[in-house]
Amino acid sequence: MTAAATTVDPSLADGHLRVAGITLRSRLVVGTGKYATMAGMVRCLEASGADCVTVAVRRERLVTAAGENILDFLDPARYTLLPNTAGCFHADDAVRVARLGRELLRDLGNPGAEWVKLEVLGDPRTLLPDPVGTLEATARLVDDGFAVLVYTSDDPVVARRLKAAGAASVMPAGSPIGSGQGILNPNNLRICLEVLKGDDPDYPVIVDAGVGTASDVAAAMELGVDGVLLNTAIAHAADPERMAHAMRAACFAGRQAWLAGRIPKRLYATASSPEEGVIGRGASRPAATGEPARTGE
Amino acid sequence: MNDAPGESTGDGRPAPDGARGAAPTHWVIVNGQRREVPAGGSAHDLVVALGLVGRPLAVEVDGRVVPRARLADCMLGPESVIEIVTLVGGG
Repeated sequence: MTAAATTVDPSLADGHLRVAGITLRSRLVVGTGKYATMAGMVRCLEASGADCVTVAVRRERLVTAAGENILDFLDPARYTLLPNTAGCFHADDAVRVARLGRELLRDLGNPGAEWVKLEVLGDPRTLLPDPVGTLEATARLVDDGFAVLVYTSDDPVVARRLKAAGAASVMPAGSPIGSGQGILNPNNLRICLEVLKGDDPDYPVIVDAGVGTASDVAAAMELGVDGVLLNTAIAHAADPERMAHAMRAACFAGRQAWLAGRIPKRLYATASSPEEGVIGRGASRPAATGEPARTGE
Repeated sequence: MNDAPGESTGDGRPAPDGARGAAPTHWVIVNGQRREVPAGGSAHDLVVALGLVGRPLAVEVDGRVVPRARLADCMLGPESVIEIVTLVGGG
């Protein structure tokens, strides 16, 4: 274990991320998609320090011989599995997929069974959420007993509506899914945080999507979000396992910086060293005349 | 239903093929593909026929999730639409 987060001073203690009654030790939630091999995925999940990972629900292949299943590699006793509704463009489909995911995870006895990462997409090219379908599906799934962690844009009005509909966590995107563009509009995220946490500071807000590298995770955490969810930035890095370590460290660093409270930005400089006592100031000797300096007069 | 097996009896179920003594069958749709199954079979029978017993999966029949413990009680009718899903990597 080499990550900084494992060797912190006790005085740096931080509360855990709590979502819908489940406590997570790590504020980094990682996806399990796009990995070249299952073994590589397992190493990256370990390196990331995450204890919650997302999974997708897909048709069982009926033609090809049954190959390896992700559950042969993911220990449901170790990870809280967060099933998603990725790929759904209609509220109806998302609700069906959520219910199928719940059935799968109940069979496994996994605490994530009552959770869903809700995605209702509105456009195949940008993968931006359909806010109307997302709101409708949120309400239906909440009615059906789900804890809904909902992928949305960074629109503060939509964020407020989703929370009002009963979402367990609102998860605004930093930028489009898999784009690696980072946090494009930190001001909107700040407003989302105000809207969602203003009278409810423990309400969990997780940045979901858009992260490209470690500094994006740190930047998101420094805004005061409770966690970051990412997938592609690790899975498609040139060295995924090293990037997973970097993401873990960045999440820790950003969170600690938020808790520590950053200094305000200023237009002009303020010196870090004392301005008094610099040599050569105050009374100076007469202009040089070529005579040696005399003392004691 | 040009591709239905045997001759339709009018209720969607093909007529038994008395000449060959074959058991009656009907068509269902499994994961978007048409498939011939024995008439009177259950969702559990289908899972067995597909070689998926013991694998992590969830089954939906005609839009409703069927809990694993109830698969044997869930009879598939003609033109039943079945989805069989599992977990895969995703973000």
